[in-house]
Amino acid sequence: MIQRCIKLLVALMLLVTPLTVLAEENATSAAPATVSVQTPAPAAAPAPVAAPAAAAPEAAAKNVEPVLNTGDTAWMLVSSALVLFMIPGLAFFYGGMVRQKNVLSTIMHSFVAMGIVGVQWAVVGYSLAFSSDLGGLGFVGGLSKALLNGLISFKDGNPVYALFQNVPTAPGAIPEYVFAMYQCMFAMITVALISGALAERVKFSAYCVFVLLWTTLVYDPLAHWVWMADGWLFKKGALDFAGGTVVHLSSGISALAFITFLGKRHGFPQERMAPHSLPLTMLGVGMLWFGWFGFNAGSAIVGVNCSDAAGGLAGLAFATTTIAPAAAGLSWMVAEWIHAGKPSALGFGSGIVAGLVVITPAAGFVQPGAAIIMGLAAGVVCYLGVLMKAKLKYDDSLDAFGVHGIGGTFGALATGIFATVGATGLLSGNFQQFVTQVIAVVAAAAYAFIVTLAISFVLDKTIGLRVEKEDEIMGLDQTQHSESAYN
Amino acid sequence: MKLIEAIIKPFKLDEVKDALNEIGIEGITVSEVKGFGRQKGHTELYRGAEYVVDFIPKVKIEIAVADELVAKVVETIENTAKTGRIGDGKIFILSLDEAVRIRTGEKGDEAI
Repeated sequence: MIQRCIKLLVALMLLVTPLTVLAEENATSAAPATVSVQTPAPAAAPAPVAAPAAAAPEAAAKNVEPVLNTGDTAWMLVSSALVLFMIPGLAFFYGGMVRQKNVLSTIMHSFVAMGIVGVQWAVVGYSLAFSSDLGGLGFVGGLSKALLNGLISFKDGNPVYALFQNVPTAPGAIPEYVFAMYQCMFAMITVALISGALAERVKFSAYCVFVLLWTTLVYDPLAHWVWMADGWLFKKGALDFAGGTVVHLSSGISALAFITFLGKRHGFPQERMAPHSLPLTMLGVGMLWFGWFGFNAGSAIVGVNCSDAAGGLAGLAFATTTIAPAAAGLSWMVAEWIHAGKPSALGFGSGIVAGLVVITPAAGFVQPGAAIIMGLAAGVVCYLGVLMKAKLKYDDSLDAFGVHGIGGTFGALATGIFATVGATGLLSGNFQQFVTQVIAVVAAAAYAFIVTLAISFVLDKTIGLRVEKEDEIMGLDQTQHSESAYN
Repeated sequence: MKLIEAIIKPFKLDEVKDALNEIGIEGITVSEVKGFGRQKGHTELYRGAEYVVDFIPKVKIEIAVADELVAKVVETIENTAKTGRIGDGKIFILSLDEAVRIRTGEKGDEAI
């Protein structure tokens, strides 16, 4: 059955490929104003497109004096709030999937990330990710913007707000505070994604310390690598529109690293550990999709034209963020229907999330035809990724690795295949872009995996990663928080 | 006096209740129960994992009846609860030593 699915998918891809290429050719004539790099130039060409922080404000000042663009600012404020809304969405998504005795602890895993990262980001996180490079290696930023220093100054007693301008020649800009907070939401949700693998057995104290360490040691450098103008992957021209590599691949791979020290839940896989409330989970899927528009369409600020943060590129990203998850929900559903006999609600919801994950790195680089193919493939790839858990017997409680790790990897590679807007991919003859994507995926995955292994090891030897067996059986809500969800 | 316990499929409850009313049964007690017989459980799917659920939801009806009504009640339940498919349920007949109507203090058949 699975083989038949794969054959069908391959046939479909072969069928649509010429259409995509054709669409790309047409795009040259009917190109939106935002697209500046249309020629299939290899290597360096996509570089200016990829980064959200393509030019730090100080660099921008050398060219054109930035002018505040209120439309872009309004959209970025909304986008930031939308991304924040994904976190309660994630909490419900995960919370519904655990057993009744662990729902509050699982929800807390997402919420406490808002608390810890909210402060961490202001203190050092933003600076480590988005200030000028430390040592010139493209590895991590310095501390020049610690405590969001320099984002405001005073002239004659009046506040003057620093403006974030992506492209030096573009006139439009947004307050850097807005950019910093937009990126803060990304950092919050990324670490919360990992909690899906740890659910139902992790010690809350260890988790809190993990959130702080992981965000500082893994997320902040990775964001610098990929999105900051002087990050080494940015310089190589790696494409990551809204966080396929930085957010999903890194969290998914880290989830896998963490559970190697954490071990399986007692009773896994023999005991029935069915979701206690699928309506909660489906509500979470809906909230995630809604918030994801801020995640992806907000990331148009990373595009070639900063004044397009609320323009055509945002429109394209919005469209692909609608289309790809729709297709992925359907393909997961069909794959499950064929393989397991029935289309489950959890399967359809999971497919939507898989589609969102896979389109994230590509949202503004591909056209709708490619978004459909990526979505259809995402549903099947992530479904197979989840099945792998049962075969290999590792306990990724809520499939953080299966959906985000595998989906993020696939999305990052698929971006290198299907990109046609503002960059070109394999199908447009740019083999180099695909190679760059592979390098970015391997480097980010290896870094995230190794550092997370080290953090987990240290925590395991000091605080201890997991609760006592008795506490686990009683449930984490009672033993970690002295609460119960339903009374 | 006998106590008749019937385990039936939940969707048959209304039909059985109406049929029992027609033959003059005035009181029944109903509870939602779970269990399995030869039908065994069912499977549920979550993210590709298949869980076997041993217990299937059923409805248990309890009816206290005078001896002469037992055969008719059993027959009625049997006929109305039957679908012919596996999992239709069981009927148990238990001896009933005494019955008391709390409001009046009546005993035996009078209390039923």
